[in-house]
Amino acid sequence: MRIELTVNGERHEADVWAGESLLFALRERLGLPGSKNACEQGECGSCSVLLDGTLVCACLVLAAQADGHEVVTVEGLAPEDGPHPVQEAFVQAGAVQCGFCTPGLVVAAADLLARTPDPTDDELREALSGNLCRCTGYAKIFDAVRLAAGAS
Amino acid sequence: MSAPARKLERGRVGEAVRRADGIPKTTGEFAYASDLQAAGMLWGHTVRSPHAHARVGEIDISEAVTMPGVHAVLTHADVPGTKLYGLEYADQPVLAFDRVRYYGEPVALVAAEHPEQARRAAEKVRVEYEPLEPVVDMERALEQDELHPDRPTHEPDHYRDDPRANVVRSILIRHGDPDTEGDVVVTGEYELGIQDQAFLGPESGLAVPDGDGGVDIYVATQWLHVDRAQVAPCLDLPPEQVRIHLAGVGGAFGGREDLSMQIHGALLALHTNRPVKIVYTREESFVGHVHRHPARIRMEHRANRDGKLVCVHARVLLDGGAYASSSTAVVTNASSFACGPYAVANALVDATVVYTNNPPCGAMRGFGAVQVCFAHEAQMDKLAAALELDPVELRLRNALAPGDVMPNGQKVTGSLPVADVIRRCAELTVPEPEPLPRDSLRLPGGSGNVTRGEGVKRGVGFALGFKNLCYSHGFDDYCAARVRLFAGADGALAAEVHCAAAEVGQGVVGVITQVARTELELDDVTLAPGTTSTVDSAGSASASRMTWMVSGAVAEACRAARGELGARGGTLAPGEEIDVEKVYRHPQTWPLDPETGQVTGERAHVAFICSAMRAVVEVDTDLGLTRAVWIGTAQDVGRAVNPQAVLGQIEGGTAQGLGLALMEEIQTRDGLITNASFTDYLIPTTLDMPPVDAVLVEEPEPDAPYGAKGVGEPPTVVATAAVAAALRDATGRDLTRVPVRPDDLIGL
Ligand code: FES
Ligand code: FES
Repeated sequence: MRIELTVNGERHEADVWAGESLLFALRERLGLPGSKNACEQGECGSCSVLLDGTLVCACLVLAAQADGHEVVTVEGLAPEDGPHPVQEAFVQAGAVQCGFCTPGLVVAAADLLARTPDPTDDELREALSGNLCRCTGYAKIFDAVRLAAGAS
Repeated sequence: MSAPARKLERGRVGEAVRRADGIPKTTGEFAYASDLQAAGMLWGHTVRSPHAHARVGEIDISEAVTMPGVHAVLTHADVPGTKLYGLEYADQPVLAFDRVRYYGEPVALVAAEHPEQARRAAEKVRVEYEPLEPVVDMERALEQDELHPDRPTHEPDHYRDDPRANVVRSILIRHGDPDTEGDVVVTGEYELGIQDQAFLGPESGLAVPDGDGGVDIYVATQWLHVDRAQVAPCLDLPPEQVRIHLAGVGGAFGGREDLSMQIHGALLALHTNRPVKIVYTREESFVGHVHRHPARIRMEHRANRDGKLVCVHARVLLDGGAYASSSTAVVTNASSFACGPYAVANALVDATVVYTNNPPCGAMRGFGAVQVCFAHEAQMDKLAAALELDPVELRLRNALAPGDVMPNGQKVTGSLPVADVIRRCAELTVPEPEPLPRDSLRLPGGSGNVTRGEGVKRGVGFALGFKNLCYSHGFDDYCAARVRLFAGADGALAAEVHCAAAEVGQGVVGVITQVARTELELDDVTLAPGTTSTVDSAGSASASRMTWMVSGAVAEACRAARGELGARGGTLAPGEEIDVEKVYRHPQTWPLDPETGQVTGERAHVAFICSAMRAVVEVDTDLGLTRAVWIGTAQDVGRAVNPQAVLGQIEGGTAQGLGLALMEEIQTRDGLITNASFTDYLIPTTLDMPPVDAVLVEEPEPDAPYGAKGVGEPPTVVATAAVAAALRDATGRDLTRVPVRPDDLIGL
């Protein structure tokens, strides 16, 4: 089936199979592999995107459900003139190791700071609890989000 | 001495350097193996055994090949070269024939236009199975029918000739007089479940036929050249026709040492003459790679009243699962470290790893040291209690030090600041208990805990552990690096480094460029992509060896390039270049004597690294729920090449050890994995991880380039033991098995 959607401000059309997830369509059909495929079962948050402004797991949304909607992926987060403050903070704080969790965490953290510019530690831990990271033990991810909160 | 504050971002050894791959990893630009695409690409899918043990009869692909979009369906009959492969012993079929030995073993392959078409065709491959009784208990395996009757790992000339059934390898270490008695004796039996590496990037790769019968494989792996050494014979190709390139790796932790899709993707690509991509699902990833060995361990510690250990007996049994993988090295490591970083004059260590029909086990961060550390540290706490000594004091009285002889006969040389890490860790300030009532997010069990914390008890545990750096026991290990020095149009010098070291997240690309900048005294240094085609092997991203080995190789290549530059008058004309490749080897090691387990030369291991950890937990003793409150650790690092990256390794390694203590276990029923998803196999989340207060103890390793030690493993080795000790302190229970279950905490 044919779908039309806006991704990172651009109109896209794609022919998708009815069972395909939004994640698969983004990664394999629209040339946007930034959203990651760590579980494809809604358990890890590596595929986090904004669908009409709401944080969702792209692996749990059918591509067909995104027809006519607006999606922002990690590729669309940064302003023209350089990385998003959260992206910069992740590198500065040493929050990136293998980086497979990073796109999802960056999207989730940017979403958190947009809603709660100065989160408490508990708010921070709770907001990111759906994003698994196997490498960092999270400490530097918390540092990064605090750093980004301070910077903005 | 701890790490002094250092200036950021100058890019040389000892400085906190920003990762070059950092920004691309945050923007989604960095290409992981599963992100790759090629024109005309097909999707590969693996047909896997639903049985843990069965005879394989006819494989009927007639319906599958006619399914829409399908381009190929392959079985063992289509493997042109050797039908078996393996990391150390070739005992594993590329595709099963005669019998399958574990749940999820690859049996056939499908390539189709769309992954869903490949999956549907895979369902139509009809395999005739005759189920056999699975061998699932590591103890009973020693008396059951041989799963590998030809005993592929049996080398009676080099290793102990053990006649028991299904033994992959057994190591017996007799040191001093194992009959020596002590004033006090404590014994214990311990058990560890199967842990999974659970790296987030699923096994993936893209195989591209080159049109001349050869193939390029882009894959997430830990050791490009050893992959090639296994892949080429199975494809019946000379090594130069198999080029393996490092694609972005989403974590490894040992789980990518063995092959996953490499041969399968190449078979499909060569057969269809189209690029083929294979991406495992999470479920496949759980069944598709080796795990940490589950273990049963029995220990007896004898000590004198003054707290000095006089004799240790350890019996270690590991379940290696269906194929050998690196089991032989894991069990040898477990035997080396069974007595812990303590000076013990007399010991008897008997360590065995067996074949079963359980999931195959192999390398995982800590590599045999994790299992024995859990046991020896529980024993040290028991001994402290029996002697009415402070557990930290007991460890100090027995701390291993340079000059001491280990049970395998190796005299410790170089840097091993065991007493220092104990003291530095014990000095850390333990946070005060947080008053109750409090936000349920900070209660054991988190927001699921609806009590006011009436049942909460606090516990504090201490643990000490150590392990080896680099490959051991006579393995001829080396690392190559190549440096191209050239002048740009303006005459300014620049360098390009080639090294096949796998960047798996640990930051080795940073180490390589830091060393090159330091040695060349040049800022303009770039690192070429990792591949088998432009440089010799770098060895494996494992055994905490990469920092050491690449530092040695890159430094040698850089010094040679500088020497050549000097000979040419110190400058290069535009277009002129110097190109040198150097191979670095660490100090030699020797194997153990098969009968006594004593080292046959100066050293069995190249060097060692140690760590101490204190963990504070809270347990809701009514509900069996836990909360890790705080972790403090002092770790030996030799010298921190990049302090920020070192701390990242310590925090991440601690999380994995904590996971094994509290929640992580691959569960099986008759050999079948029953929890192959992140819904059922839990790893620590942001809500599970406490703050980690880490002190870096810097005592440079004399044999290591820059004195730097690989730092990733010790935190995982000690964390499981430290958290378990804290849980024991909180509950007063023995807790002899990890992961500790809620039932164990409340004594159900
Ligand atoms: S890939 Fe979507 S939640 Fe894991
Ligand atoms: S950095 Fe590897 S999973 Fe988070």
